[in-house]
Amino acid sequence: MEKNNQHIKFVVGLGSCGIAAGAKELYEELASKMGNNCNASLSHTSCNGMCFKEPIMEVFYPDGNYLMLGNVHKKDVDKILEPLLSQGAIDEKFIIENSRQPDKKEEFRQKQHKIVLENCGIIDPDDIEPYIENGGYEAVKKVLNTMPPQQVIDEIKTSGLRGRGGAGFPTGLKWQFVRNNTGEKKYMICNADEGDPGAFMDRAVLEGDPHKVIEGLIIGGYAIGAEHGYVYVRAEYPLAIKRLKSAIKQATEKNLLGHNILNSGFSFHLKIKEGAGAFVCGEETALIASIEGDRGHPRLKPPFPAASGLWGYPTNINNVETLASIPWIIKNGAETYASYGTEKSKGTKVFSLAGKIARGGLIEVDMGVPLRDIIYTIGGGTSSGKPFKAVQLGGPSGGCVPENLLDTPVDYESISATGAIMGSGGMVVMDEDTCVVDVAKFFLTFTQNESCGKCTFCRIGTKRLLEILEKITEGRGGMADLEELEELSGKVKDLSLCGLGKTAPNPIMTTLKYFRDEYVEHIKENKCRAGVCKELIKFSVIEGSCTGCHLCYKNCPVDAITGEAKKIHHIDQKICIKCGMCYEVCKFDAILKG
Amino acid sequence: MGEINTNVAEDETFDLSKAESILEKYKHIRGSLIPVLQAIQFEYGYLPEKVIDFVSGELNISVNEIIGVATFYAQFHLQQRGKHIIKACSGTACHVKGAKQIVEKLSEKLEVHVGDTTKDKLFTLEEVACLGACSLAPVIMVDEDVYGQLSHNTVGNVIDGIKS
Repeated sequence: MEKNNQHIKFVVGLGSCGIAAGAKELYEELASKMGNNCNASLSHTSCNGMCFKEPIMEVFYPDGNYLMLGNVHKKDVDKILEPLLSQGAIDEKFIIENSRQPDKKEEFRQKQHKIVLENCGIIDPDDIEPYIENGGYEAVKKVLNTMPPQQVIDEIKTSGLRGRGGAGFPTGLKWQFVRNNTGEKKYMICNADEGDPGAFMDRAVLEGDPHKVIEGLIIGGYAIGAEHGYVYVRAEYPLAIKRLKSAIKQATEKNLLGHNILNSGFSFHLKIKEGAGAFVCGEETALIASIEGDRGHPRLKPPFPAASGLWGYPTNINNVETLASIPWIIKNGAETYASYGTEKSKGTKVFSLAGKIARGGLIEVDMGVPLRDIIYTIGGGTSSGKPFKAVQLGGPSGGCVPENLLDTPVDYESISATGAIMGSGGMVVMDEDTCVVDVAKFFLTFTQNESCGKCTFCRIGTKRLLEILEKITEGRGGMADLEELEELSGKVKDLSLCGLGKTAPNPIMTTLKYFRDEYVEHIKENKCRAGVCKELIKFSVIEGSCTGCHLCYKNCPVDAITGEAKKIHHIDQKICIKCGMCYEVCKFDAILKG
Repeated sequence: MGEINTNVAEDETFDLSKAESILEKYKHIRGSLIPVLQAIQFEYGYLPEKVIDFVSGELNISVNEIIGVATFYAQFHLQQRGKHIIKACSGTACHVKGAKQIVEKLSEKLEVHVGDTTKDKLFTLEEVACLGACSLAPVIMVDEDVYGQLSHNTVGNVIDGIKS
């Protein structure tokens, strides 16, 4: 929390999405325009979750007033800097929150409850001090000074915390297994190989609050008896890696990490391993193989990693979000944590809300909140304003949940009952312009690519499933294909060793279950109602609406459009590649897709 | 994953000194093959055949096994790549927001297929499963910078900006 009694403090959010939206340019512009103004200072934080408002900046005044501005770009600095410094009037369009307008609350923040994300977007992630000022490393101190390892495990068991990577295995129990196994050495690993397309919770936590994950690892290491740890993080997340490295260095300098932590006699050494780009490495045994320097092939369990993991030693692997929940539980008590959520799914869950959603970003809610609240109250419905079709949960292992199931509460059991999975927390919203058969094809393309090739049904079965989906989306499908999809899906599920293959058919099974009529339309009527499957659509000019503005003519990449200025244009179907460019650029809705 | 680059002439003198210093650091660490390959790729931009041979000898791991590991992971490349690497995101959120059109536009503008490098060796165009910037979809990453909320009209500007 940025508080200072003398200065006006400007804080700019510099997470990956903020930077992509132009926050770095905003920061630099502010720095140069502020110059040596001794009444104001400038610092940065990470993502506060409101990705749809990026770039975001906050202003803290010495008198306690506070402003949060969104969609502020470099070009706006000249306009807003002076009024900000003098507390003058600011263009309303920038204002997200203003302490002088207490009624103006961003709807996105409703119904959220931040435990894992409590520091994200608030502290400077490059500096250990703000983390410590906010109660950081107190959980480590409490554990090392007052709690024997078994008591730590009991506390986590009482909290009801379950693995946030997707499977939902009770964390305390997992720790207990490793604690009970004897080994000359033990390992504590953080799985930050966030590979689900459409999910970015772990990235945001590592970028925004790296020390919290480190703290969770130290506590876990202490509880299970491990003195060595790894964070296995995707190489595609360069900023997360940079901030984690710096955090490890600073924690080590303060003796919060490394040899004989705070003179407690407990040592914990932490290293980063960069994943080399293989989705299957999110699976525990594949991840271990990858750290050992091999191809990331999963192996048969048992032995479970708790008995024989990295280099054959007992190993515990937890997801980023799981570990980031630990310090809060230790500090605030397991009962308090367990009072949130549902009977079987305790605490909070972080979701990344993306796709065709009005307010996309990173959210944290109590378990048990209905999907409808997340999508409509927090997310504001579809970005296009068009009817909602489905929300995809759990990435390639998950499924599409339709409108009539939106009252499903988000907890492990209820989500599984729909055929989707909780997964790591990716939620991709789709409107009526999204074709569910195309989405199933998209996921199968992914899993077929990422299959490690060890099991025949995963290696070849996913390929055959993909081919059937290709046939259907290209208008070559038959009704028998649907039965084959179902039968083969069952076999891939039953005859694959690891989670990748076992769950790969989920996107097909759920779309067939809830949107079978769309599959049938593709097959029987050669129709894609969403207008996505190229082979089944054509573009034509609506003569009554065409003004002859020539814009489509100029944008067509294959010169399929003819027509003189101010006269009705025509699309030559033989040349048209159905890229949809004309449809996109037309300002008069004069292109018909269908 | 591309084929092994066989274009490197046998007699070409190749600077192995960078590989030597990398191996000096990792040689005695267990399970160091992947970090070694990552460091080599960082230095050379790809995994040259001669360096793989050298690594094989130093780490006492067969070339066969090294190629097995290198081709398993999407990150490793056996062919020389462009100065700038464009990673077009094809994650779920980007997919439903028109990532296909972005890739098509890039492919058309750069005159390369996905996975290939432009003639001037300036750009390599790749697809990546997810960049984790889903709320700004569709996005691309050029080297380490992410560009979001693109459309087929604006994606070209990113390339022009880098060229200039």
